[in-house]
Amino acid sequence: MSEADSQVGTKADDFVIVARYLTKRYGEACAVDGINFDIARGEVFGLLGPNGAGKTTTILMMLGLTDISSGKVGVLGYDPARAPLQVKRRVGYLPDSVGFYDNLTADENLAYTAKLMGLSRTERARRIAAALARVGLSDVAGRRVATFSRGMRQRLGLAEIIVKQAEIAILDEPTSGLDPQATLEFLGLIGELKAEGVTVLLSSHMLDQVQRVCNRVALFQAGRIVLMGAVADLARQVLGAGFVVEVEADGPGLARRLATIAGVTNVETLAEDRFRMTADRDVRPDAARAVVAANGSLRRLSVDEPSLEAIYARYFQDQAAPSRGARHAA
Amino acid sequence: MPATSRIRRRHPGGRVMRREGSPFQGLGTVAVKELADHLSSARMLVLEWLIVLTALAALYGAIDSLRQNTAEDPFLLLRLFTVDRAPLPSFVAILGFLIPLMAIGLGFDAINGEHNRRTLSRVLAQPIYRDALLMGKFLAGLATLAISLAALWLLVIGLGLVFLGVPPGGEEIARSLAFLVIAIFYAGVWLALAMLLSIVFRSPATAALVALGVWLFLTVLWPMLAPALAQAIAPPDPRYAALGLQTPETAIWAQTLARLSPNHLFGEAMLAVLSPTTRSLGPVFLEQLRGAVMGAPLPFGQSLLIAWPQTVGLIAGTIVLFVAGYVVFQRQEIRA
Repeated sequence: MSEADSQVGTKADDFVIVARYLTKRYGEACAVDGINFDIARGEVFGLLGPNGAGKTTTILMMLGLTDISSGKVGVLGYDPARAPLQVKRRVGYLPDSVGFYDNLTADENLAYTAKLMGLSRTERARRIAAALARVGLSDVAGRRVATFSRGMRQRLGLAEIIVKQAEIAILDEPTSGLDPQATLEFLGLIGELKAEGVTVLLSSHMLDQVQRVCNRVALFQAGRIVLMGAVADLARQVLGAGFVVEVEADGPGLARRLATIAGVTNVETLAEDRFRMTADRDVRPDAARAVVAANGSLRRLSVDEPSLEAIYARYFQDQAAPSRGARHAA
Repeated sequence: MPATSRIRRRHPGGRVMRREGSPFQGLGTVAVKELADHLSSARMLVLEWLIVLTALAALYGAIDSLRQNTAEDPFLLLRLFTVDRAPLPSFVAILGFLIPLMAIGLGFDAINGEHNRRTLSRVLAQPIYRDALLMGKFLAGLATLAISLAALWLLVIGLGLVFLGVPPGGEEIARSLAFLVIAIFYAGVWLALAMLLSIVFRSPATAALVALGVWLFLTVLWPMLAPALAQAIAPPDPRYAALGLQTPETAIWAQTLARLSPNHLFGEAMLAVLSPTTRSLGPVFLEQLRGAVMGAPLPFGQSLLIAWPQTVGLIAGTIVLFVAGYVVFQRQEIRA
């Protein structure tokens, strides 16, 4: 089989994952229902959605670990159904609540998978030591994994992806069940991967975390992607307007002046000197200019980033009430 | 499974295609790791001691009774394996009973254990096929059993030398080596069964229970059921009964049914290999024995020929069970 034969046509070279009408059926039930998405190189892409929405099934299809019913997916130009080894050589996978061999040490666990990756002995030792150092597990490299906390296991799983020097890291619910400190550390490690140019796919239902690290997100529901894009775009789409800016300043006729700024849809007067503006973009510079123009004194200017949580909640709320949902139909 | 490299998948488009890469990639790594796990596990230690202690008890009985009547037996060493002294069964009979237990102990959580530890998807996300994982685990289990049985074999030969003081002849060693090889295949059947059950059942406890159920059924119940079934299928002829003989048809049915159990196959093969005077494993007519020197040992090659069908049966059973597990595993969802 020639190399070219196993390539799936990618539209552009900078897309590392291209899915077209990807479908997975279990008998009558459709776990993944004809989804389409492109993931660019170096992007952090979030897969969101309730349990059973098809996130993990999508991931397994990308890795060639489950059969594709119809449609296709190309990972780094390879078809995971036909060239799974090529895909798995380049893609690191951290499964949902990852497990290790408890009777082996952290070092031995990584050595086993590194051998499966086909690394030579010296290369193995070098990469494992470096990876353990990076995730902060060097001190416990010789300890049995049975004694590891959940956070340590997750970091060990990430170390495995680092050992692989994967081009794409697929992380399934990596932060569920971690304490806030461990979560923060883990998100930092994801940020480091991103800085190195690794494409990261992150599935989670911890919305604020996804928002913090992801460039784009896809919201899954019942096997379909119902929303996809950058958080700010989704906010505009679902919440109507994306930005809420609070201004604390005094000056004559400020409310009226603020309302005339382009993009502002609404100005609420919270107190004599406090206003809340709703806008479809970040209007802070314009608001500051307006206050100065009114000869007012600006005391505070803050923006509420559109929260994914609000988008998520509103989206499913709209689903429940179709009459309102029609207004925001994606 | 050399054929797996040629497994074809049907693409949704209808094109038949081959998968890329070797199914054996990572096989050695998996096998070595599993072998190390087996050899160092507490479970293995317990099973080993169980077998060694029971076998030693049987050997002690055998040595004792052999010392008291050291007949001019040219195959004294082989008698160690087969002689029994009540209430203990012979060494071979004990092995026939305990080898399955050991094989089940090694295999019952092979795949579902990985599932439950949530290591399966992580390992399969490495650039290997499932073939390598399954085959590696099977080979490691078989190697573990082979090592244990070889150690046991050496123990028997050594004890024979020490207590009987008769150096074994070349043919005795050859015959006892044949015993070792057949015992390994016999263990293979049970290992393949245990692994199949570990694939089918998600809970190791269920898999172990079913495997032990099959084991008890085939070793304890089936030897009793087979003759009863044979009598139902081919009722005994009263004319034979009046002469105090077995009806040939019934006897053949009984034997055919009994041979469905790997235990029976192992027992028959052992009889042929370890008791050189065995001329046939089935019922024979007197006429067929015309010219035979009764009680004279057969040459080793002839004994092997008698045991050959049983051995092939054990090998075939191993392969069939392994392939069944392989097919189920290839299609199985690996998500936790």
